[in-house]
Amino acid sequence: MASLDSKIPKGPLSNKWTNHKSHINLVSPANKRLIDIIVVGTGLAGASASATLAELGYNVKSFCFQDSPRRAHSIAAQGGINAAKNYQGDGDSTYRLFYDTIKGGDYRSREANVHRLAEVSTNIIDQCVAQGVPFARDYGGLLDNRSFGGVLVSRTFYAKGQTGQQLLLGAYSAMNRQIGRGKIKMYNRHEMMDLVLVDGKARGIIARNLVTGKVERHGAHAVVVASGGYGNVFFLSTNAMGSNVSAGWKIHQKGAHFANPCFTQIHPTCIPVSGDHQSKLTLMSESLRNDGRIWVPKNIDDVKAIRDGKLSPTQLKEEDRDYYLERRYPAFGNLVPRDVASRAAKERCDAGYGVNATGEAVYLDFAAAIIRYGKEQAHVKGLDENDAVLVKKLGQDVVRSKYGNLFQMYEKIVDQNPYETPMMIYPAVHYTMGGVWVDYNLMTSIPGCYAIGEANFSDHGANRLGASALMQGLADGYFVLPYTIGDYLADDIRTGSIATNTPEFDAAEKAVVDKINLFLNSKGEHSVDYYHKKLGKIMWDKCGMSRNAEGLKEAMVDIKALREDFYKNVNVPGTDSEFNEQLAKAGRVADFLELGELFAKDALNRTESCGGHFREESQTPEGEAMRDDENFTFVSAWEYKGEPADAILCKEELKYEEIEVKTRSYK
Amino acid sequence: MMNLTLKIWRQANATTKGKMVTYPIENVSPDMSFLEMMDVLNEQLINKGIDPVAFDHDCREGICGMCSMYINGEAHGPDRFVTTCQLHMRKFKDGETITIEPFRANAFPVVKDLAVDRSAFDRIQHAGGFVSVNTSGNTQDANNIPIDKHDADKAFDAATCIGCGACVASCKNASAMLFVSAKVSQYALLPQGKVEATDRVLNMVKQMDDEGFGNCTNTGACEVECPKGISLENIARMNREYLFATVKG
Repeated sequence: MASLDSKIPKGPLSNKWTNHKSHINLVSPANKRLIDIIVVGTGLAGASASATLAELGYNVKSFCFQDSPRRAHSIAAQGGINAAKNYQGDGDSTYRLFYDTIKGGDYRSREANVHRLAEVSTNIIDQCVAQGVPFARDYGGLLDNRSFGGVLVSRTFYAKGQTGQQLLLGAYSAMNRQIGRGKIKMYNRHEMMDLVLVDGKARGIIARNLVTGKVERHGAHAVVVASGGYGNVFFLSTNAMGSNVSAGWKIHQKGAHFANPCFTQIHPTCIPVSGDHQSKLTLMSESLRNDGRIWVPKNIDDVKAIRDGKLSPTQLKEEDRDYYLERRYPAFGNLVPRDVASRAAKERCDAGYGVNATGEAVYLDFAAAIIRYGKEQAHVKGLDENDAVLVKKLGQDVVRSKYGNLFQMYEKIVDQNPYETPMMIYPAVHYTMGGVWVDYNLMTSIPGCYAIGEANFSDHGANRLGASALMQGLADGYFVLPYTIGDYLADDIRTGSIATNTPEFDAAEKAVVDKINLFLNSKGEHSVDYYHKKLGKIMWDKCGMSRNAEGLKEAMVDIKALREDFYKNVNVPGTDSEFNEQLAKAGRVADFLELGELFAKDALNRTESCGGHFREESQTPEGEAMRDDENFTFVSAWEYKGEPADAILCKEELKYEEIEVKTRSYK
Repeated sequence: MMNLTLKIWRQANATTKGKMVTYPIENVSPDMSFLEMMDVLNEQLINKGIDPVAFDHDCREGICGMCSMYINGEAHGPDRFVTTCQLHMRKFKDGETITIEPFRANAFPVVKDLAVDRSAFDRIQHAGGFVSVNTSGNTQDANNIPIDKHDADKAFDAATCIGCGACVASCKNASAMLFVSAKVSQYALLPQGKVEATDRVLNMVKQMDDEGFGNCTNTGACEVECPKGISLENIARMNREYLFATVKG
C-alpha cells in the first residue's frame, strides 16, 4: 500500500501557510523560462493557475475541450464568492470562515488546507477588483455582500446572478494577457486522453484535437489537472454537458489516489425534471434562499387539489402551509446548508407532499419578501404603505434588481411567472466534494502531477458551503499552486525540455489510439447516451440522496454489468479524423462507468452518515445524519487496481488541532 | 406533442461544400428545450446509421455562450433574451418547418454542420481585453477604490456579454462591433481600466479588422438579437474612445 503523506507543515495552524511559503524551494526567474507546465482545464482554478504560472515566468500550455477557455463551467456559478473581509462588521474573521467551512463539511476535510483557504480568501477579492471584475456595489461605491447557507454572517461577494461568469472572465482576461505575450500556448477544443509517466514522474500528456481528431503528444515538467467535478456520472446534474471525470480518472489509473468519491452535493434548489427528454438540470441560486421561503402544504388534501390544478398555491392560507425548514431548524431556517435542505425536501416529498405531477417538487416563495421590500420602499419614498398594489409593485422591483436574471431563467424554462406564483424546486446533483487526493502542496500521489479546484478533494469535506467553490478554485489557482509547484520544480532546472519521441510516449499514444478504435469498431446497437442515461438512473436511485448497503451492493453489480455491455454493444458513428462528438463522449462515459462503481464501493464502505453522504442505517431518531467519528474520521483514498471493485483503500486520518469535533447542528 | 420538419445545414468540415437536409421529427414535447429536441433527432439518426448533426453546446443554461444556431432566420431563434439552449419548443407550432443554420460570417468558419470556429473573439481579447495587473494578490484593498454605483452597474451590464457571436450572425455586414464595444466599455467605465484605455481600444479594433469582421452601419440588428440585451450605447462609447485614442495618438 502506497503511503499517503499529506505533508502538512509543522507549527501552529495559523502560521503554517506563511511558514511553509517562507521555507519551500524557489525557482529563479531565469530558470522558470526553462520549465514547461501543462494545465488541463480553464475554469476558475485552471485559468487562474495558467495566468499566474505564466506571469511568474513558466512556459504554460493550457488545454480545454470547449471552443474557448471562457466557456468552462465555472462560468455558470450564480450566487457568489465567500471572503472573510468583514466589510459588514458583523463579526466575520478568517477563523470564522475556517470554522464554518470545517463544520459545513461535517468534519471530514483537512484542517490545514481549509485554514489556508480562509487566509487567502481576502486576497481573491482584492485581486478580482484590481482586474476589473464588476462586483455589486452599494450607493456609497463600496462592495456589497449577501448571506449564504450554513453561516451567520454576510460574507458573500456577488455580481448579480452571474458571479461565476464575471470571475471567470477576470481569470480569462489574465490568461489573455499572457497568451498575447506568448507565455501561454492555448489549445482550445483539445481533450486530455492520458497522462505520460517517465521514471515515475508526470512528464506530459496525450491530447486529442477534437476538430481534426489528431492525437498529439505534449511534454512538460509538471502536469496540473483542473478539470472540475464528476457530477455528470448521474447523467442529470447542473453540470455542463461536457463536464467529465476523464482527466482525473486517467491520472487515477496511472497511480493517483481518488479520494471520497461518494461525497456528492445534491443542491436543494433546482428546477424539477419535466420529462424523459431532459438533458440537464438548472440550478436556481442558493442566494434565493435569502428571500425565498420553502414550503409544502400541511394537508395532503391540499396537495392533491394543487396537483389536480383545482387549487393555486397562492390561495393557500398561511396556517395551511408547512415551512418545514423554519419548523425543523429555527436558528438557520431557510439558510441551512445544502445537504440538510435537500434531505428535508426529499423527506416531505417521500411523505407524499410534493406539489407537482411527479410528486418531486416543493415551493420557494417570494411573496413575503416582496411585501417586506415593498413596504420598506414605500416608507423610504413617503408613499402609502397600506396600498397593497403599490407595495407589491415596489417589492417586485427590488426582487427584480436582486434576482432578475434568475427569475427570467425560471420563467423561460417553466413557463410560469415566479413574481406571481411560487417557484417549484427540487434537489439535483450539483458538485462533487470528492476528487483526486492531493497533499498540502496540491500534488497528487504521482510526483509532478497536481490537482486543483473541484478536481481535488481537499477543502469541503462531506459537504460544501455555498459560494465556497469559486473561492477554492481561485485560491488554488492564484495563490497556492503557483508557490507550491516551485518546491517540486526546483529539482528540474537542469532537466531540459521533455522529449516526446520516447517509448513512454509511444506506449501512451498507442493505448489511446487502440481505445478509440475499439469504440469505432464496436458497431453495437446502443448509442453512448443510452448507457449514460442507464448509469445515471442507477446512481440516482441507489447512490443519491439516501443510500443503504443493499442498494449500494446492487449498484456495484449493475454498473459493472452495464460497463461490460457498453464495451460490447456501444454504437459510435463516424470516424476518428473529424469533429466527432459521439466519439469524445464515448471516452467520457467509459470513465464514468468505472468511477460510478468506485463511488458505490466508497459509499458502501463508509457506513456512517456525514454531510451529503446519508446512510439510512446511520441516523438519529429525528432522521438527522449520524456521524461515526470513532471509526470514520479519515479520508478514503482509493488506489487503482484495474477493476473498480478491486481498488485498495488507503486512509488519511484527519486530525483536528484547532477545532473541537462536535455534532453538527443547525437547529 | 408536436410533429415538425427540420431543415438543417449539413457540412462535413470547413473545406467541403454544405447543403440543407430535411428531417422529419415526431412527438416533440413543448417543454423540451431546442437542444433537447436536437438530442432526440440525433438519437434517431444514430439508430438509423446516419451521422448525427454536430452543434456546439455546453452549459445549457444560457451563460457559457457556446450554443449558436441560426433558427428561422434569427440568431438563437424567435424568442428574445435567450440563447438556443433556453429556447423552448413551446415557441413553435405543430406542423411547422424549422430552418436551422450555423452562425454565418467569414470570420467564423464552419467546423462541422452547425458548429463554427469563433476563436477570432479570443484573439481580439488577447490584443487588449484585460487590465495589466499581476495576480500576486498584493494589490490594494478592494474597498480602497469606491466606484460610482451607476458606473459599476453599466460596466456590469457590458460585462454580461457571453461571447456567443449572435451579434455577428445577425449583422448584414458580419460586424463584431457590439461584442468588441462591450469589452471596451466594461474597462473604460472602471477606474482600473482607464490607465490602458487608449492602447486597448486601438489594439482591439485593429485585431477586429484583421480578423475580417465587417463594418458597423448602425442597423441595430445586433442589439435586438443579443441574448443578454447588450446595448448599442456601448458602440457609441467605443467610437468615442477610439476617436479620443486616435487624436491622442
